[in-house]
Amino acid sequence: MIATLNPIKTKCEHCGQECNQDVVVSGEKYFCCEGCKSVYQILNENGLCEYYNLNETPGATRKVTVRPDKFAYLEEEQVGRALIHFRDDVQTHVTFYLPQIHCSSCLWLLEHINVLNAGILSSEVNFPQKEITLIFNHHKTSLRKVAEILTEIGYEPYISLQNLQSEKRKSYDKSRIYKLGVAGFCLGNIMLMSFPEYFSMDGYIETNLAGFFRYLNLALSLPTFFYSGSEFFIAAYKGLKNRFLNIDAPIALALIITFVRSVYEVVSGTGSGYFDSLSGIIFFMLIGRILQDRTYQAISFDRDYTSYFPIAVTKLLDKKESAVTLPEIKTGDILLIHDGELIPSDGILSKGEARIDYSFITGESLPVHKEKGEIVYAGGKQIGGNIELLVTREVAQSYLTDLWNKQQFKKFEDKHSSFVHIVSQYFTVVLLGITVLTAAYWYRVNPSLIMPSVTSILIVACPCALLLSSSFTYGNILRMLSRNGFYLRSAAVLEGIIQADTIVFDKTGTLTVTEDNEVTYTGQALSDAEQNSVALLVSQSQHPLSKAVKRHLNRITEGNVSGFQAITGKGLAGESGNLFVKAGSYEFVTGVTEKNKTAVTAEVHLSVDGKYKGYFSVHNRFRTGTEQLIKTLKKYFSIAVISGDNDFEEKNLQARFGEDSEYLFYQKPEDKLNYVRMLQAKGRKVMMIGDGLNDAGALKQSEVGISVSEKVNNFTPASDAVLEAQSLSRLFEIIRFARSGKEIIIISFIISLIYNIAGLYFAVQGTLSPLIAAILMPASSVTIVLITYGLSGLSGWRLGFLNEKNDSKHDYNHVLT
Amino acid sequence: MSVIIILLAASLSVAGFFLGAYLWSVKTGQFDDDYSPAVRILFENDVAQKGKPNNHLATPPSGEIHPDGVGSTQKF
Repeated sequence: MIATLNPIKTKCEHCGQECNQDVVVSGEKYFCCEGCKSVYQILNENGLCEYYNLNETPGATRKVTVRPDKFAYLEEEQVGRALIHFRDDVQTHVTFYLPQIHCSSCLWLLEHINVLNAGILSSEVNFPQKEITLIFNHHKTSLRKVAEILTEIGYEPYISLQNLQSEKRKSYDKSRIYKLGVAGFCLGNIMLMSFPEYFSMDGYIETNLAGFFRYLNLALSLPTFFYSGSEFFIAAYKGLKNRFLNIDAPIALALIITFVRSVYEVVSGTGSGYFDSLSGIIFFMLIGRILQDRTYQAISFDRDYTSYFPIAVTKLLDKKESAVTLPEIKTGDILLIHDGELIPSDGILSKGEARIDYSFITGESLPVHKEKGEIVYAGGKQIGGNIELLVTREVAQSYLTDLWNKQQFKKFEDKHSSFVHIVSQYFTVVLLGITVLTAAYWYRVNPSLIMPSVTSILIVACPCALLLSSSFTYGNILRMLSRNGFYLRSAAVLEGIIQADTIVFDKTGTLTVTEDNEVTYTGQALSDAEQNSVALLVSQSQHPLSKAVKRHLNRITEGNVSGFQAITGKGLAGESGNLFVKAGSYEFVTGVTEKNKTAVTAEVHLSVDGKYKGYFSVHNRFRTGTEQLIKTLKKYFSIAVISGDNDFEEKNLQARFGEDSEYLFYQKPEDKLNYVRMLQAKGRKVMMIGDGLNDAGALKQSEVGISVSEKVNNFTPASDAVLEAQSLSRLFEIIRFARSGKEIIIISFIISLIYNIAGLYFAVQGTLSPLIAAILMPASSVTIVLITYGLSGLSGWRLGFLNEKNDSKHDYNHVLT
Repeated sequence: MSVIIILLAASLSVAGFFLGAYLWSVKTGQFDDDYSPAVRILFENDVAQKGKPNNHLATPPSGEIHPDGVGSTQKF
């Protein structure tokens, strides 16, 4: 191993990253790169340095530079129209998605952006959506300039094909919030109106006044019953239609019987009814449902390829560049793909040398090299210089689109029948048994008591407590998990996690980091001068292996390489710092044919002045904590690693994760899907953890599909849950937390049963007074809410989920470097 | 006892007013962003001192500004 050398260790003023060898100094401030420095300078010149006072190092790193004319396509009218949502003679309103938004500094700077350009009239940030809405005078500035200003200060708008296709993202469903408001209003007033009834002695309140109160309660219960409670009836109806007795069915039955009996009592003048209990149940159940089904505004679980594709690319026509939107690309067009851009359609490489990163599509960890004349498939990212591409298939028919559509043929649905539904089925059967027995008893003793006792039983034994316990427990667990970087599509996914007994991991991008490598050196130790020479040589090349070696050596590279040679697929050679260095394949370096047979070239051999020194081997960098995670998981689950990559890493994987797990390589997307199917055929419950499009089929097929993402807001295949990459190491705790949820539900269900038995004691005798119901119902609801919240909070605290992790920016930085 | 009925009508209409206000605030998206309004209100408007107009002062509602500054939005 070579000792790494760090000349200056200091933090970048802008983004807070450690400055390595390329530190940039401006005044007394240090920056990690020119990009960060230029943002600072712009803000400094315009008196916007308050940005740095609100939060320490609030910026996102700017190491990846943005091409100057990247946003030229915004001048195209069609693209502009997709982004602009209002335009008159003077003003234009536009909304951009800025994934970098993460703190109050961002908010402050973006809302003061008019200082930088007088044409911008106002700007407003929607923080949870990470969006900025700008109003600008289009006589003074343009859409392109606005996007460029945002980019200059470090907030590059993310514009994808999706902007062009979907008209407007629909806002989340608010109807439950309205229903809750109405139910709360009615509950409060009904309770107020019921107090005279509870506390009056016989005949104390005047009869007509009591009647007035009762009719008022009846009127107030109508919106609760018919509007707020409607979703329980609808869910019950849907369940029965599909011949499935869900938990909503007994609840709907209880609600209807409560309502009918109460109306009967009021109209016949025999009692005051149970309107307070009725609206109380509906109110609490709605709260539970809202908590449980809470949606994450910035996260979408059903992303398609349109959010992965850019909105426009550069087209070459008679040597002239013009922007063209993706749907307009025709067969035969020549496209200019810049460094770092995505290839939007299949084509033939007509100019330049392509090195394409397909890690998202196929799982290959190293970029694929393509020569002129070769076919290039859509979806890869070009790394290195610009290339030209002759389009052979339009975007809608290209390989990637095809692959995506094939796997997206079916929508995700809840694959799990919740155990709450199953428990409620037994519950319903027992309840109906008690009802029949009671009716039979009173039929013989006193037939006039049949109706009161039967209805009372059904009212009191409403399984709302069961529903409350599951929705409040799951709601709280989902909330705590989301604050720790794990976002679930629905509470039903938790039950899938509880059931899973087999965990299948993807390798590239899931267990490993795609952008980073681990380099080890084997051979004779290199002197300081030799290291400098090697670093200088490899810095001449953009090949990922060269970059990895350079990063590993971490040297300041100055000087020239004379006689520099770069032979594609072989290696580099040149006179670097008075030493003749050759780096590349073993054959290239030594002239001897390969010593080992592996065709995989993740080794960089080295010779200095004709003498063979040794080799660097470049491995995937595994995410921190994965080793420990797999070792722990192995005690409880069977584990498999399935990769689309080559088997170069097999030994490394076995060394890290043990030899008893299954490792599969060279797996195509279909193979992954079939592997999951095969496990399921054996009766296993599979949890699949993947990150790329090549995992999409397997993610869907498995009981729980979790996609791991570094940028939660972008690029995840459709899945049941999205897990932030740095939370992957806590997967075991997540599973334990989910399991504790089930125990909590069982505990609270037992408690609610005790309440039910107490209520039944009165009900079977036909003596359930509204007052007893009014005490029992809210008391049981409140107890359940407190217990579920308390216990799930306790469990979350023990597993370390209580505290919010708040480091979203640094994840973002990590992705870019 | 008719006074009770009057009081009830009054209390119900007050509660109904608040229900309406609640529904309106949900509908207009006032609960959509629970982070930025709380932070935004604490920002200083010192950028305006650079001689360039500040965001919040750039388009003051002209009708509400009194000559003597009373009731002016610029006070905040």
